[in-house]
Amino acid sequence: MEGDRRSRILGGMSSDARNVVIALVSTIVFFTALVLVIVNSPGWPEVKSAFFNPTVFKDSFPEVLRAFWFNIKIFCVAEVFILVLALLIAVIRSLPGPVFFPLRALAIVYTDFFRGIPTILLIFILGFGVPALGLSGIPTSAVVWATAALIIIYSAYVAEVYRAGIESVHPSQDAAARSLGLTRGQSLRYVVVPQAVRRVIPPLLNDFIGLQKDTALVALIGPVEAFRQAQIDTSATFNFTPYVAAALIFVAFTIPLARLTDYLNERSRRRRLAAGIAQ
Amino acid sequence: MSTMPCLVLEDVHKSFGKREVLKGIDLAVAEHEVVCLIGASGSGKSTLLRCVNLIEPIDAGRIFLIGDEVTRQGTDVNAVRKKIGIVFQSFNLFPHMTVLENVTLGPRKARGLDAGEASREARELLGRFGLGDRAGDYPDRLSGGQQQRVAIVRALAMQPRLMLLDEVTSALDPELVAEVLSVIRELAQGGMTMLIATHEMSFAADIANRVCFLDEGVLLEEGPPEQIFRSPANPRTQEFLQRIIAAGRL
Repeated sequence: MEGDRRSRILGGMSSDARNVVIALVSTIVFFTALVLVIVNSPGWPEVKSAFFNPTVFKDSFPEVLRAFWFNIKIFCVAEVFILVLALLIAVIRSLPGPVFFPLRALAIVYTDFFRGIPTILLIFILGFGVPALGLSGIPTSAVVWATAALIIIYSAYVAEVYRAGIESVHPSQDAAARSLGLTRGQSLRYVVVPQAVRRVIPPLLNDFIGLQKDTALVALIGPVEAFRQAQIDTSATFNFTPYVAAALIFVAFTIPLARLTDYLNERSRRRRLAAGIAQ
Repeated sequence: MSTMPCLVLEDVHKSFGKREVLKGIDLAVAEHEVVCLIGASGSGKSTLLRCVNLIEPIDAGRIFLIGDEVTRQGTDVNAVRKKIGIVFQSFNLFPHMTVLENVTLGPRKARGLDAGEASREARELLGRFGLGDRAGDYPDRLSGGQQQRVAIVRALAMQPRLMLLDEVTSALDPELVAEVLSVIRELAQGGMTMLIATHEMSFAADIANRVCFLDEGVLLEEGPPEQIFRSPANPRTQEFLQRIIAAGRL
């Protein structure tokens, strides 16, 4: 009887549609169970009013969202600098020959050092330290130097991503370019780096997501961005719901990035497989 | 046929680590001559071509291109490569560029043509080799045979004095070999000087002015194709050709 009904519902579908239905049903069952466990836990009423208070949410969400624009500004400015600086470091590290050894060594020291230093420390050191020097002609804003700290640290990570990309381009591509009479630099610029960049877009976007979240660290030296705004709202209401609002905003920003990553990844994989360079 | 040699190799040696791959090669290719290199895999055919194109530096000996020694210290490597076209077994097209961009890259960047002129030349060449309608396609849209023909056109677009072909049909499905060979035949008829490493013996017999048998880094025997294929003098050549005949490749 049970089996009959199931086959009547699913029997007429294509196997794709059937898979979707099965996935949907199992997801619903899983999350219903999870929600039931949570809402039946002894401390739920307190947690609910502390983290999921609708009135507080409605009041603080617009404020946090407004403050989030500040994160986006930091993110965009930092990202542009990171993409350029990191590529420069990666290319320097890929330069062959003994002549370039000092430059290569410098690039290695840079990536090693700034990947090792905690982001928050560098933000404090630059954000509070550099303006305190009182030098004329350089920005005195803590935000500028905190952003610089993000740029410096993320460039070290992104340079490694680029470098992996450059090394993943098969040497035969460089050989083909050089055999046309292109110089080493031209081969890098027109053949190797464009392919490397296409390949590293997914891990690159992954680092973007990390950067997007780390813009919240700038809050620790003063300026009011989304996380800091949530903190202010929380201390005003003695309720943690503003944090949930901030979390939702961050997530809403990163999910499209993640989908875009998957799409680009699939497209470049297809192109690369078919180009006959896998051998 | 002109007597002016296009390419001369004098006692060329090349080792990878302890393994000596080329053990003193002497070879001259006259202008408009087609020379085929035959020999087992690992006999040094590909290495020889790569050394001529200066992709691999040689350990000893000298190489001359149209009278100039190209293995001398301080030679402008890029200038030499502009005069030599090389086509690889695995096509090595640039997958992020269209066919037209693949073909115009060298002329624009190395010959210094402007985009319009480079593209006009490229379209003409592509049309000549039956690829006129593929100019806007990416390599992944093409068959292996088409990709290899594009690779040949890409090399030709540099207007080379010498073409090096390295096993250009070895990575192709059997039914795609003929279209690539016919392109090479057309080049030979047009008077292109070519040094061709190949496993296609009947093609070599048909197209070559001269066939060279390479065995473990030594040029054991050379001569007109009818002599090499019908009455090889060296026992190693005889043995190699018998293996080829047994495999049904000649």
